[in-house]
Amino acid sequence: MPERIRIIVDGRELHVDRGVTVAAAMMNAGIRAFRQSVSGEARGPLCGMGVCMECRVTINREPHCRSCQTLCEDGMEVQTR
Amino acid sequence: MSAFDIAVVGAGPAGIAAACRAAENGARVVVIDDNPAPGGQIWRGEKSEPWIERFKRSGAVLERDTAVDERVRQRGAKLILATGARELFLPFPGWTLPGVTGVGGLQALIKSGLAVKGMRVVIAGSGPLLLAAASLARSKGAVVRLVAEQAPGGRVTGFAGALWRHPGKALQGAELILTLIGVRYDAGCFVEEACGEGQVEHVRVRRGERAWEEKCDLLAVGFGLVPNTELAALLGCDLDSGFVRTGDWQQTSVPGVYAAGELTGIGGVEKSLVEGEIAGLAAAGREADAERLFSRRASWKRFAARLQSAFALEPVLKKLAREDTCVCRCEDVPLSELKGRASWREAKLQTRCGMGSCQGRICGAATREILGWGADSVRPPAFPTKVRNLIESKSS
Ligand SMILES: Cc1cc2nc3c(=O)[nH]c(=O)nc-3n(C[C@H](O)[C@H](O)[C@H](O)COP(=O)(O)OP(=O)(O)OC[C@H]3O[C@@H](n4cnc5c(N)ncnc54)[C@H](O)[C@@H]3O)c2cc1C
Ligand code: FES
Repeated sequence: MPERIRIIVDGRELHVDRGVTVAAAMMNAGIRAFRQSVSGEARGPLCGMGVCMECRVTINREPHCRSCQTLCEDGMEVQTR
Repeated sequence: MSAFDIAVVGAGPAGIAAACRAAENGARVVVIDDNPAPGGQIWRGEKSEPWIERFKRSGAVLERDTAVDERVRQRGAKLILATGARELFLPFPGWTLPGVTGVGGLQALIKSGLAVKGMRVVIAGSGPLLLAAASLARSKGAVVRLVAEQAPGGRVTGFAGALWRHPGKALQGAELILTLIGVRYDAGCFVEEACGEGQVEHVRVRRGERAWEEKCDLLAVGFGLVPNTELAALLGCDLDSGFVRTGDWQQTSVPGVYAAGELTGIGGVEKSLVEGEIAGLAAAGREADAERLFSRRASWKRFAARLQSAFALEPVLKKLAREDTCVCRCEDVPLSELKGRASWREAKLQTRCGMGSCQGRICGAATREILGWGADSVRPPAFPTKVRNLIESKSS
């Protein structure tokens, strides 16, 4: 059994398996809007491989992190805007 | 003096095969990849792959989580580029809705923990990757509503026939089709629009005159692959129709620089492996051993050519975007602002298309397809190291 860890997305606590990316964890929690485009549209992961930048979120106060390339860590804080 | 005889960029099948053959012949080899684990697009994170086991025993050094730029030339006396490919996306109405992902994108998300159990999924676009994604999604409990292949049925069947000449592939294909029993696979149709409030809720599928709706929670759509030639271009390697030009030994036009795998032509894992082996052997001075692999390479190149013609894109797919359809997702540039521009360069200057954070990796290939802008005018730089470090430091 993979170890369960805890991340916080926009103040909401999510319990996830270690080894899961932030993008997958967020989608599993029903979150679809990861960022707002320059004209205000909701956007979410497209390429899943670090190329398109549509999955960008703020992680531990660092903006513009690609959630599809970032593994969840215990206590991680994520903001979608 | 470089610490290594050979530096390999990319730890996919091509890079791993190159590193194994070179290191096993005594060369000091470093393999650099921007991902946390070796394996490239196909074996990412798979622990049981024999080539990855062999790689671990080979003596080659892996440097992961590292994106490189042209300064990589200093890392080894010789350089082997094996940077692979990314997906081709063509804009259509609704493609920016959350829940619309790439086909390889859906695979990557599932492999990184996305739970699709019970989700309704439509998979659309073109090529064998559609079947691989459908099979993976289904094995994880997704309800695959439809696999919509744009190529007409005749072409797809012709390709399946041609697979007999490549026994390994035929087996793979058969396995895939078996796991897919019960999934609707329709050739000759495509998704013309994705619709929903805040996320995709249904798609409109079209075959000729007939159009219908399919409800879904996820739409995975991809139209084939685009080679990652940015680094090769920065190093001055000649390109030919968008791919890196290579000779018999997989050498590029720049002395001491070799290229192998998807960036020399899209052809799947076996072509990448054999090209990697040849490049690794040649770079390690084992030309005679490399030469023994030429006939195998020729065979996989023929397979690649069949693949390309079987799944060539129908012209209608390049006309799906409407005037108000977003083409550049980073800067929200609609098609109407791009029509009438003479070139990619002009579009960048006048509209900011391709100037956003993906640096034209998505819209560069898309505009090349839908607006016919020349391949050579699309040369986005490799990611600047600063941005990469910023983003990547989290994942190690
Ligand atoms: C999203 C996606 C999913 C795919 N899924 C399948 C599948 O399920 N089955 C199948 O048969 N084929 C699949 N393919 C096709 C696949 O490309 C080939 O089968 C095979 O993986 C190609 O091997 P390669 O070594 O040429 O390239 P890749 O496997 O693409 O390996 C290239 C590696 O280089 C790295 N890289 C690129 N640029 C840099 C840089 N500047 N610095 C550092 N590292 C860099 C990449 O991150 C990658 O790890 C997929 C392709 C894509 C794009
Ligand atoms: S989904 Fe494309 S970069 Fe993360």
